[in-house]
Amino acid sequence: MQTWSLVSICVLLSVVVRWGVSLNSYSGAGKPPMFGDYEAQRHWQEVTYNLPLQEWYFNTTENDLNYWGLDYPPLTAYHSLICAYVAKWINPEWVELHKSRGYESPRHKLFMRATVLVADLMIFIPAVVLYCLYLTDGSFKKKVSTVFCFLLYPGLILIDYGHFQYNGVSLGFALWGALGLGLGWDALGSVAFCLALNYKQMELYHALPFFCYLLGKSVKLGLMGRGLFLLVRIASAVLVTFALCWLPFLSDPGHAMQVVRRIFPVARGLFEDKVANTWCSLNILIKIRSILSNDSQIYLSLACTLLAVLPSCLRLLTKPTFWQFKLALANSSLAFFLFSYQVHEKSILLVALPVCLLLSDLPLMVIWFLQASTFSMLPLFLKDGLLVPYAVTSLAFLFFSIYLLSPLEHCSEDELRLGAYRKLLFCLPRLDLAQIVRWKFYISITAMAVLSVVTVALAPPPHLPDLFPVLVSSTAFAHFLGSFIYFNIVQFSEPPSRKSQKKNN
Amino acid sequence: MAAADSWSWFPALALGVSLLKCLFINAYHSTDFEVHRNWLAITHSLPVSRWYHENSSEWTLDYPPLFAWFELGLSQVARLFDGDMLLVENLNYVSPSALLFQRLSVIFSDVLFIYAARECCRCVQEQKGSRDVLSRPSFVLAVLLLWNFGLLIVDHIHFQYNGFLFGFLLLSVAKHLQNRHLQGALLFSVLLNLKHIYLYVAPAYGVYLLRSYCFTEDHHDGSIRWRSFSPLRLLSLGGIVFSVCALSFGPFIVMGQLPQVLSRLFPFKRGLCHAYWAPNFWALYNMLDKGLALLGVRLKLLEEAELPRASMTGGLVQEFQHSVLPSVTPSVTLVCTLLSILPAVASIWWRPRGARGFLRCLLLCALGSFMFGWHVHEKAVLLAVLPLSILAVESREDAGIYLVLTTTGHYSLFPLLFSPAELPIKVFLMLMFTIYSFTALRKLHSARLLRPLESVYLMGMVAVAIACEVVFPLSPWQHQLPFLPLLVTSVYCSAGVCHCFLRLYVSLLRQEEKHKRL
Repeated sequence: MQTWSLVSICVLLSVVVRWGVSLNSYSGAGKPPMFGDYEAQRHWQEVTYNLPLQEWYFNTTENDLNYWGLDYPPLTAYHSLICAYVAKWINPEWVELHKSRGYESPRHKLFMRATVLVADLMIFIPAVVLYCLYLTDGSFKKKVSTVFCFLLYPGLILIDYGHFQYNGVSLGFALWGALGLGLGWDALGSVAFCLALNYKQMELYHALPFFCYLLGKSVKLGLMGRGLFLLVRIASAVLVTFALCWLPFLSDPGHAMQVVRRIFPVARGLFEDKVANTWCSLNILIKIRSILSNDSQIYLSLACTLLAVLPSCLRLLTKPTFWQFKLALANSSLAFFLFSYQVHEKSILLVALPVCLLLSDLPLMVIWFLQASTFSMLPLFLKDGLLVPYAVTSLAFLFFSIYLLSPLEHCSEDELRLGAYRKLLFCLPRLDLAQIVRWKFYISITAMAVLSVVTVALAPPPHLPDLFPVLVSSTAFAHFLGSFIYFNIVQFSEPPSRKSQKKNN
Repeated sequence: MAAADSWSWFPALALGVSLLKCLFINAYHSTDFEVHRNWLAITHSLPVSRWYHENSSEWTLDYPPLFAWFELGLSQVARLFDGDMLLVENLNYVSPSALLFQRLSVIFSDVLFIYAARECCRCVQEQKGSRDVLSRPSFVLAVLLLWNFGLLIVDHIHFQYNGFLFGFLLLSVAKHLQNRHLQGALLFSVLLNLKHIYLYVAPAYGVYLLRSYCFTEDHHDGSIRWRSFSPLRLLSLGGIVFSVCALSFGPFIVMGQLPQVLSRLFPFKRGLCHAYWAPNFWALYNMLDKGLALLGVRLKLLEEAELPRASMTGGLVQEFQHSVLPSVTPSVTLVCTLLSILPAVASIWWRPRGARGFLRCLLLCALGSFMFGWHVHEKAVLLAVLPLSILAVESREDAGIYLVLTTTGHYSLFPLLFSPAELPIKVFLMLMFTIYSFTALRKLHSARLLRPLESVYLMGMVAVAIACEVVFPLSPWQHQLPFLPLLVTSVYCSAGVCHCFLRLYVSLLRQEEKHKRL
């Protein structure tokens, strides 16, 4: 079979799966007065279409910021505006100012779902295909298998097509950025990443590795010669992209500041709901939020995040290779997710993307992590009525990734890239690492499956209403912490030699 | 990737498609959903004697008794999901758990289809030396059967139990390919008592079993040796068929309800064509009639007022009166159908060519009755598409016919899903299946499979599809001629189906000639 036909079958299948998920309910369907993210996106279309740009981020008589006020950077607003023009053309009721609040109809749902699919087809899916074909090693079949598993990652599909968001856009731009860096087009890569950053401020999770990689590379090339030239080129590309994105807001510095204040709301607390990060898990033991003041919470989380990011970033600065870059992306976003301030459960997608980049290198750990990340959002999916798609896509992903990438046969010390640490820990009794890892994997998958079933089927005891969400989030937290440590260890091991890579394939 | 000679890919394909089916649970479903819900209710809450008399819903029980027993079995499980769907009075009842149950019942009954597909794959001749799993005939056949686009949308979106029924058909074909004729006959008689539409292919079964099973030997030139007739074999065949029918119809004969049951099974009150014309010969005939009438009015040969008010709008209008050409009665269609399948059946009587010859004859019966039958549904094209998959992976010529027939047949199913929410699914799924079947079969036979004219025809279909699905809904004609796209689709597709029918006959006759020359 030719390459193009296999790849296009993978893409088409992933589109069918995406659309199949989108036939289900969305967040806040039929739940006035606030509805959910779906209404937020629709409301932004209404606001951006009807109000002048100067009012988008301000609380005015026409723009009530307490009702899903715009709190994403300008590119999101522009995207909403484009969608709003299409919506206006199809049915003006969908974006009528004030009157369209809470508008819901099957046709409108169809329109909203279609906007997500169009964005995905334009940005995310091509990036995935190109990345897997050009930047992963291995036979052609392995590359196609990687495309398939990458595209079928359930977390992103369920959030974008079930819950309703446009993560595919920001993650897609970030992936284009990584793709650019991997192919050696540094300036183009940084432009793409700036677009991601200007679409969702959460892309800051990925910013440090991009910065360190490019800086490290410039330093390596010599700061007096070609390195300086590269640095200047990248810096000007970044500045121009930012300037273009923010152009309408730059006329008045106060206006730009208001946008920034909207984007970084510090008043919302250390964490919300049950999120699988350190603070929420620690909260079971110590009630941090009542002990510390809001400001000290911010400083504490900032310090912890920086401390957690530091090792991988320093390593990347000294060794700016693409392999280190991928690992640093995963480590930095995990560090942000685990320790930073005001994290949502959906932010795990920002970690999932760089982890997906490692799919063909470290299959077992990546699949394990991705499964845990989908599982961590279970309470959210249940709230949105996405139980069936959650079960179906998770099962499919688990089965097909194990079948196609055969990770369980590739978990020797060498293939898990743990060889160096084995030598350090010589005092431990000689155990069969592969066997242990395999058993851990089985046990953890079983635990996730059991917890999923229990959460769905059983009612929690009356005095512990949050028992299951807490169990889910702390289980997921354990997985994330483990992955964080593991990816850091891998980053500090020797990079895989060409020879051993060929052998693995 | 798994080792080349293991079968580990088969469960993967089957599981993959089953999970995909689960994603369509919330998709649009047609009135057939209510039909089957009503049958669940009838069989569950009424005594057997009332089953074929109950008519509080317009969707009366019109499948043979074994299917009713199948529904009774399903209803035992349905109770655990939602008892309210089992009340006969609850017309048009839909609840999330009822929906889940009905969808899952289709998905789980497809296990039989999966097993049948597996048996068929084992009968396929493997090419020597092809190490790659992806280009093995059995793999290709498994994908063509399990991931068949038509079956997926008809069963799992539109809602029917065809997968389960085709499971019986394919399993019986596989048994014949394995020379286990009695098992094959048993399975087919069970199938006939589940859904009587399979009577269309019964002539192929009857003649094949009589000729190749009851006569144990042939002369050297392949002609029949009358002395070798084995009455024992005929008796055992007859016994099997008779006992299955007795089991199914027996209770109703005892209760004296046979005429009532038969009147439900064969309702000739319906019109020549279904509301949406299936792409067959009659679609062309209707179109010709329409064209002639328009021409006649234009040339002042006909008075417009005198024409019968033949409604092109279809919809609920079942009777279609022709204005210029003679009107067609059920008996005419019956004669046409019999004439169209006669050469095929005669050919396996005079020159039996084993189970594969039988399969070809079965195909021609299915396609012949699709072409000329009375009140044919567009879904019936699957009856030809699925068995043809088996031949397509074995012979290059059949692969070419298969590609044209599946593409036209599947495209003609598009009007089944008319709601915009399912548009991406049907388009992308069909694209996926078509790309796969074209590239895989081409790789398998390592040759061009289509003739130039066929390629042009299929390209034209893309244009028709874009015109009907995208351009037309945006154009001003949408309100004046709402049924134009249906008309265009069925007429365009019927040309392709006719072509395939003729090509299949040509290939049959050519084989005959080859045989004679040898």
